[in-house]
Amino acid sequence: MEIKVLICMGTSGLSAGAEEVARTFESELKRKNLIKKCKIIRTGDRGLFRDTLVDIITPDGRVTYEYVKPEDVSKIVDEHLLQGRPVKRLQAGKDYKQFFAGQLRIVLSNCGEINPEDIDDYITHGGFNALKKVFSMVPDKVVDEIEKSGLRGRGGAGFPTGLKWKFCKNAKGDVKYVVCNADEGDPGAFMDRSVLEGDPQSVIEGMTIAGYAIGATEGFVYCRAEYPLAIKRLGMAISQAKEKGFLGKNILNNEFSFDITIKQGAGAFVCGEETALLASIEGRKGMPRPRPPFPAQEGLWGKPTLINNVETFANIRHIMMKGAEWFSSIGTEKSKGTKVFALAGKVKNTGLVEVPMGTTIRELIYGPGGGMMKKRIGLKGVQIGGPSGGCLPESLLDIPIDYESITQTGAIMGSGGMIVMDKKTCMVDMARFFLNFTVAESCGKCVPCRVGLKRMLEVIEKITEGKGKKEHINFLHEMGITIKNTALCGLGNTAPNPVLTTLKYFPNEYQAHIKNKSCPAHVCLELLKFEVIKENCVKCGQCYKACPVGAIDWKKKEYPKINKEKCIKCKSCINACDFMAIQ
Amino acid sequence: MKVDLSDTRKIIQQYRKKKGILIPLLQEIQADYGYVPKESVDLISKELAIYPVEIYGILTFYAQFYLTPRGRHTIKVCQGTACHVMGGKEILDYLSNKLEISEGETTKDNMFSLERVACLGCCGMAPVVVVDNNFYGRCTIQKLDKLLEKYQEIK
Repeated sequence: MEIKVLICMGTSGLSAGAEEVARTFESELKRKNLIKKCKIIRTGDRGLFRDTLVDIITPDGRVTYEYVKPEDVSKIVDEHLLQGRPVKRLQAGKDYKQFFAGQLRIVLSNCGEINPEDIDDYITHGGFNALKKVFSMVPDKVVDEIEKSGLRGRGGAGFPTGLKWKFCKNAKGDVKYVVCNADEGDPGAFMDRSVLEGDPQSVIEGMTIAGYAIGATEGFVYCRAEYPLAIKRLGMAISQAKEKGFLGKNILNNEFSFDITIKQGAGAFVCGEETALLASIEGRKGMPRPRPPFPAQEGLWGKPTLINNVETFANIRHIMMKGAEWFSSIGTEKSKGTKVFALAGKVKNTGLVEVPMGTTIRELIYGPGGGMMKKRIGLKGVQIGGPSGGCLPESLLDIPIDYESITQTGAIMGSGGMIVMDKKTCMVDMARFFLNFTVAESCGKCVPCRVGLKRMLEVIEKITEGKGKKEHINFLHEMGITIKNTALCGLGNTAPNPVLTTLKYFPNEYQAHIKNKSCPAHVCLELLKFEVIKENCVKCGQCYKACPVGAIDWKKKEYPKINKEKCIKCKSCINACDFMAIQ
Repeated sequence: MKVDLSDTRKIIQQYRKKKGILIPLLQEIQADYGYVPKESVDLISKELAIYPVEIYGILTFYAQFYLTPRGRHTIKVCQGTACHVMGGKEILDYLSNKLEISEGETTKDNMFSLERVACLGCCGMAPVVVVDNNFYGRCTIQKLDKLLEKYQEIK
């Protein structure tokens, strides 16, 4: 058997220096005359941030190494490949195992396992079998199968995918389009990028099956320009699929023809909204329009258009291969299958986690997440769903993850960003952060979103600056509800959620800012005094080491002193302090 | 400074008589010039019979387009949620103070342009700064000083 060397090289891997590790492996294997026996496979990211991850598969089994640096490579080659003794020091530890133990990987099954730039690797892993199978079925049967599976849109709103396909199939029109929404703009969500970087063919296969089912011959992938590697790999995958006859005219010698074009976004968050996205593909400003008519009736250039998100399309081939019954056996009554979450923030293991619907948020954080990054600073809450979602307190962490339960809390499932926050995170500041984002990204078409959000932001800013008034709370609440009910599109309808949920679950923090003019998390700059709280201080000197301008005097076993004239208020000391001893 | 329009002409030729072209056309112009010069807009308007207002509408709607030349090095500071929680805003504020420019601007010596970006999807390395497509994770203000020094020397 050939020895395989798998190196994770998505955006995360590459930014941690994976390319240099791969090159060192190449030269080292050549030098030791092993290159013919070994195959180096450059994969996408597996989902866990561990700088460079390297897997070695020999007849003796599979060994995973983490944090591999170029200077470690010769040791791995010498001891593991030549002498058969894996290098213990570099092997992935307990955290790595825990991260993957609680997951059920369907969408991510190929990520980090195959070479996304080589279609043959995808084919050997079962690629395009679903497409071949679909050609033996009539289109109606395909739509039926998706409907029975209970799959719902993974872009956020959770509309039943099968129903959407049916509407589009039944819509009148000779020309129809399939569009893949890869405009993943939510800060803190990056599952779509990882799928496109690690397993682009699965999206192509899903879109082609959709094209066959609804009777479309042309597809578009609308991808964020901020994802250059995803665009490159998707482009390669499309041209390889064409060469092999999985795309283009008369696919696999059937009558059905289908082609896919990539359209690059130009940096506008609102283009994730489906009608804005269509306008952008048509080369116009990405502004939403009222629905109905829904894109399934009148979409791209006025033709019936099916729009699904990357993760949704990546599910399709698995459903077609293993059947609707298998898929609907995973998850809860109304939310089937798995969901990929981008777990980040103050948690030990950050990365992409795929779990069955119905898993609780707590299980996610303390299972794959490995618990809090710093146990000393306890958990305060979780932000779920990005700028459209909300902040949930610790008491709600035991709710199951499904569309309905999360919507009930006032947050939304969203695309799957999940940011864990500890006691050093200020909830008023979080609300300000998301409002800042949505105000900047509002397209300006409708008044509630354009003007209303701006007014809310102004009030929140006042509160964080210590100029808040009692009546501001009511104002925020009223304005938030009004915008939710009256804005034109999903961006405006959900933009008040971060404010409304923090008002609901963390009222004390607003009160502290307004009444006491203090920020309990020591975040809001205008309310900070840059003084040491002696009761909390353990005299460790971390603040002294972190200060970039030398404004802190500290000697062992003494309290630090902050020289306010030198201090530039950069908060390095506050961020470095594990005891919240600087206010 | 006079802008050489021969590249603009070539790019326009590739897009004639196609639908939905304006955004990719402008993206290609920007990739070529580093920004979208006024002269190119005028030429596109004339050649493809599109009103300048329509073109500027697109250029100012999408955050990706620039109407002025960029600095030698572009510093992007991630302002995604994870980076924010881990101190990304302090990093942006610090750079803005140190370079004496706001986000979106370029230093007088044309050395650095400063930008914010919503999320780079490397949340595990937060806070993240990208200089000319090189990623720097787990940034601190002390690290930034060294980074600026390093790039100051690369001309």
